[in-house]
Amino acid sequence: MKKRIATVSLAGCFGCHMSLLDIDERILDLLKVAEFDRTPLKDLKKFTKRCDIGLIEGGCCNEENVHTLQEFRNNCDVLVAVGACAIMGGLPVMRNAIMNSEDPLRECLEEAYMNSPSVYNATNDIPNDPALPLILDKVYNCSEVVKIDYQVPGCPPSGDTLWETLTALIKGVPADLPYGLIKYD
Amino acid sequence: MKRRAIEFKIDGITVKGSAGQTVMDVADQAGIYIPRLCDVEGLEPQGSCRVCTVKVDGRPAAACTQPAAHGIDVINNTPEILSYRRDLIKMLFQEGNHLCSICEASGRCELQAMAYRLGIMEPAKYPYLQPVRPIDASHPDILLDKNRCIRCGRCIRASQQIDRKNVFGYIGRGINKRVGVDGRNLADTDVDVNDSAVAPGTCPVGCIIMKRIGFHEPIGQRKYDNAPIGSEIEKTRSGRGKE
Repeated sequence: MKKRIATVSLAGCFGCHMSLLDIDERILDLLKVAEFDRTPLKDLKKFTKRCDIGLIEGGCCNEENVHTLQEFRNNCDVLVAVGACAIMGGLPVMRNAIMNSEDPLRECLEEAYMNSPSVYNATNDIPNDPALPLILDKVYNCSEVVKIDYQVPGCPPSGDTLWETLTALIKGVPADLPYGLIKYD
Repeated sequence: MKRRAIEFKIDGITVKGSAGQTVMDVADQAGIYIPRLCDVEGLEPQGSCRVCTVKVDGRPAAACTQPAAHGIDVINNTPEILSYRRDLIKMLFQEGNHLCSICEASGRCELQAMAYRLGIMEPAKYPYLQPVRPIDASHPDILLDKNRCIRCGRCIRASQQIDRKNVFGYIGRGINKRVGVDGRNLADTDVDVNDSAVAPGTCPVGCIIMKRIGFHEPIGQRKYDNAPIGSEIEKTRSGRGKE
């Protein structure tokens, strides 16, 4: 039976997904033993079946991220936090540095949309369309929201690192990465 | 005066040293690497990071401050001690803001290199504290980002013992202990860019940063990109006995 893999990018930059594509032609070998379910690589936005492995890129910066992550936890046997953002928040977590302010969210949004030197915003509006997911009080890493089984460090993890991790997980064992493949940057 | 010769075992390997040396000194000479962060060649050891903890005759001790003695039995490399060291390294990561992706020290950072060497991959064991400590960019050539400080005290000791100054010092106790500067900010102190306290290799992490030379080493050629921390010591292994 082929293993089913689902992937998603939450508060990330899609770099980890690009890195997954860096396994190059090995993706053909991967598809012999696994198939993708919900993933942006196939533009499939809903789970069709329960999955064996869920790869999470990015942490949670808005409510939609939290719902998606919980859905992944509910539908995947093994959940893997991939990359610095999923593991510890990554660059988005730098916003937590202003959380000691009196009104941190306002300060954050005003900095992003009004006060930053490079911003041109003639109406001084902060986006507030009801379709936009609500921003969280701070950025949370994945293990603060759901139980995470494995993590693959890197920003992003290299294609080789992801390949080693995935092939090990498909065999049902944790990856034993050599020195050169464990990188935090 | 010639020091008395001593002989003892580290993980079953017989090593030779002389009275007055520490366990770490003798291990280094024999080419046996004991992981360490706060201890560095050329400074008095202070035994504060505890990463070099070994068992001496069954009792935990910091190898960098433990005097070597004839006939002692030192255990350095066991799953128990490695797991203990991993916990210490994880706590250091979780106490500060260690964003390796944007840190200029990445690739030459000893904290990061130690995590690589110990193979730290698993989910965070402790919550991240995410401290908000002010950045001191007052000095024209040196930047201090204390969010990355691990309070190893290497800059403090280098300033006192080599530069004969007191640019850096500890403030506070316990979890509030931090490194402060002798003045309102770094520009207000008598620090000089040629001081040992701010020299590359003194700060093991990315807290003391020289301005305008960031990211000058390409990825793949940085200090710990290809060889683990400690391999320069292990290359010189001369100890006899079983591996």
